[in-house]
Amino acid sequence: MAYINGIGIISPQDTLPGSGFLDPVVELDADFLKCMEPVYKNYIDPLSARRMSKLIKMGISSAKICLLDAGIRMPDAIITGTGLGSIEDTEKILEGMRVDEKFLNPTAFMQSTYNTISSQIAISLKCHGYNSTYVHRAFSFESCLLDAILQLEDGSAENILAGGIDEMTNNHLSIIRRLGFWKRESVKNTDLWNYTTPGALAGEGASYFMISANKTETSYARLLTAATLYKPGSSEETALFVKTLLSSNGLNPSDIDLVMMGNNGDREHDLICEDVISQAVPGSCKVFYKHLCGEFHTVSGFALFAASNILRSQSIPRSLQLSHARPEKLNNILIHNHFMNTDHAFILISR
Amino acid sequence: MPKRILVTGSGIISGLGINLQETYTSLSGLHSGVETIRHLDTSLKGEVPASEVRLSNEELADFAGLGGKTGYSRNSLLGIIASREAFIHARLQEHPGLRKGLISGTTVGGMDECEKYYDDFLRNDSKNSYIGIYDCADSTEKIADYLGLKGFMTTISTACSSAANAIMFAARMMKAGKLDCAIAGGTEALTRFHINGFNALKILDKQPCRPFDAQRNGINLGEGAAYLVLETEEANAITGNTVICELTGYGNACEAFHQTASSPEGTGAYLAMKKALDMSGEAPENIDYINAHGTGTDNNDLSEGHAIEKLFTEKIPFVSSTKPFTGHMTSAAGSAEAVISILSLSYNIIWPNLNFSAPMPELSFQPVTELLRNREVNLVMTNSFGFGGNNTSLIFKKYGIH
Repeated sequence: MAYINGIGIISPQDTLPGSGFLDPVVELDADFLKCMEPVYKNYIDPLSARRMSKLIKMGISSAKICLLDAGIRMPDAIITGTGLGSIEDTEKILEGMRVDEKFLNPTAFMQSTYNTISSQIAISLKCHGYNSTYVHRAFSFESCLLDAILQLEDGSAENILAGGIDEMTNNHLSIIRRLGFWKRESVKNTDLWNYTTPGALAGEGASYFMISANKTETSYARLLTAATLYKPGSSEETALFVKTLLSSNGLNPSDIDLVMMGNNGDREHDLICEDVISQAVPGSCKVFYKHLCGEFHTVSGFALFAASNILRSQSIPRSLQLSHARPEKLNNILIHNHFMNTDHAFILISR
Repeated sequence: MPKRILVTGSGIISGLGINLQETYTSLSGLHSGVETIRHLDTSLKGEVPASEVRLSNEELADFAGLGGKTGYSRNSLLGIIASREAFIHARLQEHPGLRKGLISGTTVGGMDECEKYYDDFLRNDSKNSYIGIYDCADSTEKIADYLGLKGFMTTISTACSSAANAIMFAARMMKAGKLDCAIAGGTEALTRFHINGFNALKILDKQPCRPFDAQRNGINLGEGAAYLVLETEEANAITGNTVICELTGYGNACEAFHQTASSPEGTGAYLAMKKALDMSGEAPENIDYINAHGTGTDNNDLSEGHAIEKLFTEKIPFVSSTKPFTGHMTSAAGSAEAVISILSLSYNIIWPNLNFSAPMPELSFQPVTELLRNREVNLVMTNSFGFGGNNTSLIFKKYGIH
């Protein structure tokens, strides 16, 4: 069994310790949704923080918030999912090479490697346990959760710090925009679902979870599974994958009380998401999450934070824009995420 | 009883050759792949040596049967070629019913193309088709598409231990019953990005690298890819493949010391080796050969050496680093050295640590400096340690030995 026993999250919403549960909603009118960063000196020695890029500071801080929330000092393992790692440091090196490749900034190079976040967390905790980093687009965070679940099952660990983290920069946004990933216009996040233009609203975020073998009084939820599906040929195939996933976890489609939808504002892909869920879990209540945090590879970390809190508090914040009336019960939640309809990922949690 | 993880196929491309046979020939002929840089267009050309795959990108694409197609980074091409060799070796195409996973390690991803066209990206000109391929997942998905794999796949990046962690995670997935077999390993093309990054850290040796030598002065980088096919016993009963050896132990531990340095006592290295050994259920003295991480840096060889001394107190096994042959293949090093270690098991050979002249005064042991044939090699350990202290150790055992 795997339980979610602690959460630390930094997002474009006010999700820092002491905040309300996605209430009040943060409305943003921007090219991409930027994180509300914490006061870093609360979590990182200022001397060390000076050399760290934003992504690493967000990673360490959200990890420490999670540890405090779970009341655990030392996890047995640290696992991170990140689609792109430190874009800021990677860009510094690419820029440096345009000038003179022989004089690169060694700190930027060190921090540009994807595993820096997991290893910097380990360094700050002096944690010698298992340490790994998954870097596969929309599979990154789910691979990380899967690794954590398997380690709890095979008894390698009891408390695993597992997280997803990605950042956005203006430069990266404008380069990637040419591939049609992002909307060309500035968008008000809370109105995202009213836009019919192509492209998603970009975002960023860092979230860590304490995935533990034992349930506590303050456990948020039970983490049943995380699963990934590559290049489904049709919505039917994806829906069948979801149904099989549910039944292999002893659930019927009607047991799913709420679906966290993978919609990201790109009309074409949003229709696919709707199609998949209406086939796999017909009639289910749905909420949206990407208008609050934007789209990025490890965005399902935000969804897992929201879903976990919904189960523990037995309430759904208005900001998630529930599609139907409030469900009668809140026991099982399905989370969907996808990257360009190529990489689909699902997480299943229960009360 | 946990499921047993059997190795039934392997594939490798590196400076030593473009397949397993060429790799074996180069190793046993003591031919190093480290030489003057030819392909990579870097201002370090002529200044630091490296072990490049001898084929150009065009030749690699032709070899993969992808000539004329765009959007394939060198990283993807290397990965495709090595994984294809492993896949065909184990005839996995004949078994559509088996749940096959693909777990690949890489860190530079498609950076080799991205760094070429970054100016074009900024100017928004004709090279935009390369924008989407710079991340790590691209090479994994290209391999999957090439081999027709639709099942579970993921990509791991733990710097220089990426491929070893990919093998480890594949084994965990199989033991949990999530996969019947897996293609696991890593790929890494040489890029200006990381060769200059290593240069900025001042850890590249201008001479051929000298691991575990008192005069050692850093790394020679290498490139390439290597993959293993792993099968459960149940899957093996279906494929009927000859078992090459068994993966009996793996361990991952973190140094948690410094982003690019390991502690002098090698805590993380010791823990990774110890975990692997404990899982394998073997006494330390049963390990016949350690294919060390042995990068040739001051720091690594000292801490790895101390960790080996601490774990193998009574009897230090034969130790060598084969990085003077292959260069440091970074994210692909773990699987490349797994393949090289498995060759050691298969042929009862201990590979020498080239370029060695003076023992390290801090260590009680010396690496093997000559090729040793006709040794009974039943158990090999191979170490991969990455930046950030991501340390992983794997143990392979001859199949059917008790």
